[in-house]
Amino acid sequence: MSSSAPQEVSLWRRVTNQGATLFAVLAVIFVLVPLLAIFVYLVIKGIGSVNLAFLTQTPKPPGEVGGGMANAIVGTGLILAVASLIGLPLGIGSGIYLAEYGRNRFGDLIRFTADVLNGVPSIVIGIAVYSLVVVRQKHFSAFSGGIALGIMMIPTIARATEEMLLMVPNVIREAAYGLGIPKWRTTLSISLRTASAGVITGCMLAFARVAGETAPLLFTAFGNQFWNLKLNQPTAALSLQVFTYAISPYDDWHKQAWAGALILILLIVVAVAAVRIVTSRGMLKGGA
Amino acid sequence: MGVGIEVRGLNAWYGKNLSLKAIDMSVPANHVTAVIGPSGCGKSTYVRCLNRMHETIPEAHAEGSVKVGDMDVYGSGSDPVEVRRRIGMVFQKPNPFPTMSIYGNVAAGLKLNGFRNRKQMDELVERSLKLAALWEEVKDDLHKKSGASLSGGQQQRLCIARSLAVEPEVLLMDEPASALDPISTSKIEELIFQLKQHYTVVIVTHNMQQAARVAELTGFFLMGSLIEFDKTEKIFTNPADKRTEDYVTGRFG
Amino acid sequence: MPDSVDPIKPSEPLGGLQKPVVSVPSLAHVGKEPKTGVSAALLRKIRSTHPRSSRIPDAVFGVLILLTAISVFAIVALVAWELVDKSRMSLHQFGIGFFYGHDWDPVEGNFGAMPFIYGTLVSSFLALLLAVPASIGVAVFVTEMCPQRLRAIISFLVELLAAIPSVIYGLWGIFVLAPLLREYVEPFLAKTLGWTGFFTGPIYGLGMLAAAIIMAIMVVPVVASITREVMTAVPQNQREAVLALGATRWEMIRMGVLRNARIGIVGGIILGLGRALGETMAVTMVIGNRPEVAKSLFAPGYTMASVIANEFTEATGDLYLSALVEIGLALFIVTLIVNALARLLVWSITGGTARVRA
Repeated sequence: MSSSAPQEVSLWRRVTNQGATLFAVLAVIFVLVPLLAIFVYLVIKGIGSVNLAFLTQTPKPPGEVGGGMANAIVGTGLILAVASLIGLPLGIGSGIYLAEYGRNRFGDLIRFTADVLNGVPSIVIGIAVYSLVVVRQKHFSAFSGGIALGIMMIPTIARATEEMLLMVPNVIREAAYGLGIPKWRTTLSISLRTASAGVITGCMLAFARVAGETAPLLFTAFGNQFWNLKLNQPTAALSLQVFTYAISPYDDWHKQAWAGALILILLIVVAVAAVRIVTSRGMLKGGA
Repeated sequence: MGVGIEVRGLNAWYGKNLSLKAIDMSVPANHVTAVIGPSGCGKSTYVRCLNRMHETIPEAHAEGSVKVGDMDVYGSGSDPVEVRRRIGMVFQKPNPFPTMSIYGNVAAGLKLNGFRNRKQMDELVERSLKLAALWEEVKDDLHKKSGASLSGGQQQRLCIARSLAVEPEVLLMDEPASALDPISTSKIEELIFQLKQHYTVVIVTHNMQQAARVAELTGFFLMGSLIEFDKTEKIFTNPADKRTEDYVTGRFG
Repeated sequence: MPDSVDPIKPSEPLGGLQKPVVSVPSLAHVGKEPKTGVSAALLRKIRSTHPRSSRIPDAVFGVLILLTAISVFAIVALVAWELVDKSRMSLHQFGIGFFYGHDWDPVEGNFGAMPFIYGTLVSSFLALLLAVPASIGVAVFVTEMCPQRLRAIISFLVELLAAIPSVIYGLWGIFVLAPLLREYVEPFLAKTLGWTGFFTGPIYGLGMLAAAIIMAIMVVPVVASITREVMTAVPQNQREAVLALGATRWEMIRMGVLRNARIGIVGGIILGLGRALGETMAVTMVIGNRPEVAKSLFAPGYTMASVIANEFTEATGDLYLSALVEIGLALFIVTLIVNALARLLVWSITGGTARVRA
């Protein structure tokens, strides 16, 4: 049969094929190089400045060398604690709603709203919380910072909780109902318990995400050069401190910014790792 | 016109598992050859080795000699891309391209091979659709309807037309009608009967009656080996090997 | 006859029948209550969770859960309301002219947001220009080209990029990227491409180009992960169909995978845009923070999010604050639309509520 189709794979096709592979490999390299660079610089520039003073002292006045970020480390913990008190119950509760009660139009609305909330820029959340809380209280506070971060945790936790609960086979719920266990008890003690590993992972992811957030804290927690353990006063946070120091003109503060950044990343990594360990060892009863 | 296929000592592996053992087969040109056997016997694997589709599965490879006409499929200079252009394949579940029109589907292979001439493409598309007995049904909707909007039987004929457009010499069909209803199946079988005038057809089928209807030659596979290969009539009425007899009489499989 | 011989006694109402005709001994041990062991504990648990009526606790629980769900809605509504309410002054004062006013002059009380809108759009667009090819390249590599063993490692590393906080990107941007741009990259670009007008003017290192690069790195994980998801969703038989026609690997990817996934990929890109638009800290730290509209990428710029971050706590006067809140409102509305559009596109491919990680 006369082949009007060409007999051989043309040079052009071969070249484009190789070219595509090359492009893809280069893309991967271009994307991973910054990742490597960031971690390397964090360690190189940060480790030199992480010393006992850094971890235990508060900042010195601008221009003076020395001091540390102890108050910022503690402040971050304080703010995150408040955030968790808000984000965890509302997030898990919404997730339970979506999975167990919300397989309907209203549930779709809530799901959509959670997605909307997820996409709101963090600085806009900061503005809203400023207006709702800070203005009313007439001062910045760890409390308002915690609210802002807590709000940001909700969509991630709700989504994870919903997904994990939906994975719990219905037969388990039915077995519980058959034993006469009421719905509320079933949901908490059985469904949620079975899904706990995934839910905790979701909470951890949300936690790690907001731990590094700066923008919403700019006008809620505001930052503080001194110790503060009161919830209704402006409070230092690691992310805020890193930002302030990085844009300052002082060399010593730049070094401390790197140190603070290193600590921040370490905290995030440790949090993620800790939860991984706890859930994989099955230390949670009924964990999958 | 079709060409013959000479297979000598073909072995195929999935990872470390040897799933085809030293297959020898001579497929004559312009005939329909059926490959039958119980599930897992290696018939699909065999056919996929003929056009080097087998090696697209991770960890899978094949060795041996497969000559299609003058082309040495596993030869050292052989390019799998070229092999697959010259040996067409139709799959069990019709897989037209959903984002392309009917015309687009048939012309897809042509575009890949660098065809630019619109008029020539139009002619080839029409010819392929006629060969696949689909032209009359779709000629008015060539550009309007998507490939996926056709019925199951039509989709499969579209896939056949798509394969034929690049002018292969051999057409491999892996259980082409098993996902179709009886009427579409008989249309496909009629089509296969017509196609052998132009192409060499190798068809995998689990349906023995189908093999008896369309194929002149039949090969019986069992556990990776070719047990018997002979005229279809002989395989079904007077098989030489007991295992063949057991299979075709329904004692197993 | 089995061992235990306690026939089940008929209850009172059957008074006349004193003697059962047939004794049913084998069920006797079931009637006896175990006092210890697992079965005892189970019985106790069942009894304690089976109150006479579970209607009230169930209702209370249901209401509590519903409240948490409604709270999500309430929060979004509150956020929107506060934004609208607090920008009222500015809206009233400047009207629609706010969005194309070039002048941002807190001293005079003149607020025009055009420089920030320009800065946001240009930096985001540039970031996408860099990020999209890279992301698709990464996704193609990981799904279609990568050896099986490397797959998990590379995707994990790309995901790791998303976990780095914005302020740390900013830190790295100021002290590593900006000097790099200032010393090597920008002079090189000025020499070779300066004639285009995009690479001229004084070289600071910090500026639009630095911001675009940092934003691109932050957007890549978003676009790459969605592209991967939609590419993986393309059925294997599509790939085989293209290969069987005699296609090279790239042709198979192009025709069999990317073509089928393109709607979802567009959705991923739009989602990346949403992420870029709202990005604050890293951009603020490297963009130079000058409210100007300039053609050259070397020039400093200013984005909507940055001006809010920088000037909100310094804002003197209600009009100033209101103008900033209005910018926040604009940001809110734009990201809302962009994200909704993106999710629509992605769901149409993955068929349902696939989790979209923003």
